[in-house]
Amino acid sequence: MSATELPLIGDYSTPSTALSGARIGVVTFPGTLDDRDATRAIRVAGAEAVSLWHADADLQNVDAVIIPGGFSYGDYLRAGAIARFAPMMDKIIDAANSDAKLPVLGICNGFQILTESHLLPGSMVKNDHLKFLCRDQVLRVENNTTAWTNQYAQGEEITIVLKNQDGQYVADEKTLDALEAEGRVAFSYVGWNPNGSRRNIAGITNEAGNVVGLMPHPEHAVEAGFGPDHTGTDGLGFFTSVLTHLVGGQK
Amino acid sequence: MPRIVVDVMPKPEILDPQGKAIVGALPRLGFTAFSLVRQGKRFELTVEGEVTEEILAQARTAAETLLSNPVIEDVVNVEVVAD
Repeated sequence: MSATELPLIGDYSTPSTALSGARIGVVTFPGTLDDRDATRAIRVAGAEAVSLWHADADLQNVDAVIIPGGFSYGDYLRAGAIARFAPMMDKIIDAANSDAKLPVLGICNGFQILTESHLLPGSMVKNDHLKFLCRDQVLRVENNTTAWTNQYAQGEEITIVLKNQDGQYVADEKTLDALEAEGRVAFSYVGWNPNGSRRNIAGITNEAGNVVGLMPHPEHAVEAGFGPDHTGTDGLGFFTSVLTHLVGGQK
Repeated sequence: MPRIVVDVMPKPEILDPQGKAIVGALPRLGFTAFSLVRQGKRFELTVEGEVTEEILAQARTAAETLLSNPVIEDVVNVEVVAD
């Protein structure tokens, strides 16, 4: 643990040898905000976090990658539009599309970067009500067979934090029909659509299930005392899912 | 120095939340003749020297790859403006 990392609070079981060997990269762009929380979530889940700088072109042999939230390049032009052309993104796009199918999770701004990269279809535009919104949001797990969702039950409802201004998921009708028909809607909003997203879509997956993007933030809901309602740890399943996937335990 | 102007608009089928907010504000100022507002983006690319066909082609490619996202936006105009 480096001196700049806060110690983990609470008692965590010692991860098994197979799991503790996993190395998960977290990409930092200029304007990224949530890389520290993503790093922490990885460590809470029992894996090793590896910092990846956007301008480097070396994935450092990581087993999976998280593209965290924030406002890369100030969201100038469009959210994620400039970050998408970073050298590190070229490597991630190649690795995600390769036979090895590198697991990639994009959270919030990371989701926007994945759509700009065409790793995931559609795009995000400004919330229909135009305001920045921060709230505890209920989601339904619509696909529990991806690299990042296999530790959830199908149809399980989880509460994690949603915080964004450009969170309205849009795609043409044909794409939306295909996403629903192929089970590629990974998460949907429950109770209230907070941003006008088409068909209440909160997150989607690619065909292979290795690339997942969503607007809400699982990395903020991994430790009792800090998550929604100060107790919620519903986001931890993303990180234990990818570890399970990496040791071959995917459903 | 000459500039290449690139105009980008949200696709017609994408609801433009910014335009919607503006159209709501217009009548409050007494501008009641406008039923719809759509907000786009104008880019001005300054060129040192002459705008050749090749430079113009570069601008068109840049407009389609970086300046706009074809999922939600259309490039509606690319033209040279001389000062």
